[in-house]
Amino acid sequence: MQFAVFSGFLLAAFTPLLSARFRDRLGWVLALLPASLAVWFAMQLPLIMSGEVLVQTMEWIPGLGISLTMTLDGLSLLFALLISVIGTFVLLYASSYLHGHQDLTRFYVVLLSFMASMLGLVLSDSLITLFVFWELTSITSYLLIGFNHQDASARKAALQGLLITVGGGLALLAGMVLLAQGAGSYSLQEILTQGEVLREYPLYLPMLLCLLGGAFTKSAQFPFHFWLPNAMAAPTPVSSYLHSATMVKAGVYLLARLHPALGGTEAWQFILPLFGATTMFVGAFMAIRSTGIKKLLAYSTVMALGTLTLLLGIGTEKAMLAFAAFLLGHSLYKGALFMVAGALDHSTGTKEVPEMGGLRHLMPVTMVAAVVAGLSLAGLPPLFGFVAKELMFEAVLGGSVLKAFTLTLAFAAAALGIAVAGVVVLRPFFGALKTTPKKPHEADWPMLAGPLTLAFLSLLFGVMPGMAGSLLVLPASSAVAGYEISYGLSLWHGINAPLLLSIASLIVGGLVFRHWDAYRAKVAVLNPIIARGPEAGYFKLMDGLVWIADWQTRWLQNGSMRNYLTVILLTFVGLTGYTLIWRYQLHWNWDIQVQLHELVTVGLLVAATTVVFLTRSRLGAVASMGVVGFAVALIFILFSAPDLGITQILVETLTVILLVLVLFRLPSFGNLSTPTQRIRDALVAAATGVLMTLLIMVTIDVQLVPSISSVMIEQSQPLAYGRNIVNVILVDFRSLDTLGEIFVLALAALGVYAMLRLHPETAPGANHLAGSLILPPLKKQAKKSPPKECASTAQPEQGKESAS
Amino acid sequence: MMKPGTLILYAAARFLLPLQLIFSLFLLLRGHDEPGGGFIAGLVAAGAFSLYLFAFGSEVTRDLLRIDPRTMIGIGLLFGVASAFPALIHGQAFLTAQWWPIALPGGAELKLSTPLIFDIGVYLAVVGTVMTFVVALAESEEA
Repeated sequence: MQFAVFSGFLLAAFTPLLSARFRDRLGWVLALLPASLAVWFAMQLPLIMSGEVLVQTMEWIPGLGISLTMTLDGLSLLFALLISVIGTFVLLYASSYLHGHQDLTRFYVVLLSFMASMLGLVLSDSLITLFVFWELTSITSYLLIGFNHQDASARKAALQGLLITVGGGLALLAGMVLLAQGAGSYSLQEILTQGEVLREYPLYLPMLLCLLGGAFTKSAQFPFHFWLPNAMAAPTPVSSYLHSATMVKAGVYLLARLHPALGGTEAWQFILPLFGATTMFVGAFMAIRSTGIKKLLAYSTVMALGTLTLLLGIGTEKAMLAFAAFLLGHSLYKGALFMVAGALDHSTGTKEVPEMGGLRHLMPVTMVAAVVAGLSLAGLPPLFGFVAKELMFEAVLGGSVLKAFTLTLAFAAAALGIAVAGVVVLRPFFGALKTTPKKPHEADWPMLAGPLTLAFLSLLFGVMPGMAGSLLVLPASSAVAGYEISYGLSLWHGINAPLLLSIASLIVGGLVFRHWDAYRAKVAVLNPIIARGPEAGYFKLMDGLVWIADWQTRWLQNGSMRNYLTVILLTFVGLTGYTLIWRYQLHWNWDIQVQLHELVTVGLLVAATTVVFLTRSRLGAVASMGVVGFAVALIFILFSAPDLGITQILVETLTVILLVLVLFRLPSFGNLSTPTQRIRDALVAAATGVLMTLLIMVTIDVQLVPSISSVMIEQSQPLAYGRNIVNVILVDFRSLDTLGEIFVLALAALGVYAMLRLHPETAPGANHLAGSLILPPLKKQAKKSPPKECASTAQPEQGKESAS
Repeated sequence: MMKPGTLILYAAARFLLPLQLIFSLFLLLRGHDEPGGGFIAGLVAAGAFSLYLFAFGSEVTRDLLRIDPRTMIGIGLLFGVASAFPALIHGQAFLTAQWWPIALPGGAELKLSTPLIFDIGVYLAVVGTVMTFVVALAESEEA
């Protein structure tokens, strides 16, 4: 199974190479991978049907006890089959739909990566790997929604989808950590056995809310539903694959996966039906007021996702069964309908349903696929959608919490769903032929293979519900329920309440469809309210985010070196000072032997520092700084650290060399700050100095942990064959640190090089003040720029010192 | 700013460069046992080249260096990374030191090892970094 996941990433990596070899046939060649994966997963059916769970473990980082375990049970298998089967058809479909597109290869790369991530998501046993794959699906979805990246609205929709799903992902991560804390393991197999413990877990509610935050954003539940219709900016193959059949179901998958461990509590049985039913109704309602064929389908996907959440919330045996059946049914007909929508758009040149009509003679094969899938969407016999809908009504009728609420909304949603099916399927193909931007023609076979096969499966499973039940639905629902469910699916249940509800919804839906145009005009009254919906909240939030970023940049990162230093130093003084005094109180240990020559050195140090800020000449300041440096080097040498001393001297020397190189470019050595500023700066400096002194006093006195230097001194010869401990530490004991530091050094060099070579007026972000600081343009503007240059040129020096 | 150097500077730079470079190599190689090591040696070498640059200008110094200082940084990093891998062959943790001592005639011993390779990497990275600064600054000055 690990191979099944990695093969997708591998193939994605080699796609650009294959692209040159196969050209127009590339999509067909790539489709071989999901096709063979589908065959492999199908071969596991007998094993899973017998109630077994396939577990494959691969050691990953044995040192840390992390392994890459993948499990296959009924639920995973259902998802894996949907992903690989629909993936196959989507690749075929895309080869024709995006034929000749300049970025087609990139499309394949991202689509294959998505497929692999999605498979990883549904097969992972560890919460951590599941989360990684979860985020990968968000990222690939972002790249696919924004595939037409020159279109601003596509970019906006992509970003919206990313921010919402990744924002939810953060909540999910927190929820997963809580879950693992509660269950004592990151392995899903073990978590599922800890149901009792988890339901009694004191942090159950926060954990559940965090997990729901992740699942609801991913699965577009109200009030996060709005990103999904916007994601229709993606090319149609993406909409049919990610945004109807697979990715948006990841949230529902997670809830289903965790149902045996977390379900059945009051919170679960209240929150899920509440949001599920609301989403269901909002989706159906928004669908019927749209006119774009993809928007219609997208909102009806929102409705389906709401249904799935509702069923999970109800949590009875019937509901589990309905969940699996509805999941399967929806993926089949919605995948097919999206591909039909793409074929219509492709051949007529419009996405607007009112502009299409009478295409039955021009696109007969497409029509057949559309009608079969549409009947399944409407939930009419003998399609599988009917079986699923009957089960759904039965489950809602058998629910206990919020029953009247959920039943009303479910009925309304079902009725509107039927109207949606009518609008999507009947309007474009029947009635009088309308003139469209392009002359309509039948789609070619790669674009028809998918919808026809999926529609055929809807019909087959509808006619033989027992087969679909035992092969896919029962194993999946058993996995969701956590116990064995045995129940025969059938098309005809006799005349009962669900059937009556179905008939009633059919009548209402039919009426809405007949008067669709009038209905839309009526509903338009509500537009001002809808405009203030959750999406407006999203934009408000984004504006707020930008405002905060703007404010904090102005305040904290305004490009003034003095400001940065003040903030950094005061933070340091505040945090460290607080901890120091709170933990160790003040230590005044004056019991130190001081030699005369040490006193002289320190006196020199203090005197030179004083000169630096009193002097009126730059050379004087530079020379005094040099004295400070050499005095420090002297102290190093006095306390037998020759390596440090040598380094310090060399760095001082090089500083002088660098300074000479920029000396003539520096502005005049004036005094720009007011006395108040200088006093403030002096106070900050004094506070820092005092704190450092206190810190040193404490470190001399308080020995928290035994010093490691003795160990290093002892081991230097026997382990590292070297007598110079400093060097042994640098290149052997702690060489990983040094390795990191030389990379920092290299980056600093590249940064300086870029600053010197990119001319401020032509560089990107040329108006930025910082760009003009280090080397002003060739015109002699140097004298005007503020005297921050010393500090800027000195920065690389600090980089080097830290490496020593 | 790069006015033609004085005679003393010319002569000093010419004679000091080889001496300083030999000294930097000496510091590099003895670093494991005595004060020295790649970092210090690199600074000394960079100082030597900088002196040369002051006397003869950046163009001549570039020719003397043969390779671009930025390339030198890259080579240094490669050395550093390369020294991490021999340990993996022996199944030890990343960056574990490996020693291949060679006995030389006269009782001396040449201690070849991955820390030495690593130190050479540090040396090159330091020389490259400082020379990138100095050459870039000098050239923007000359331009």
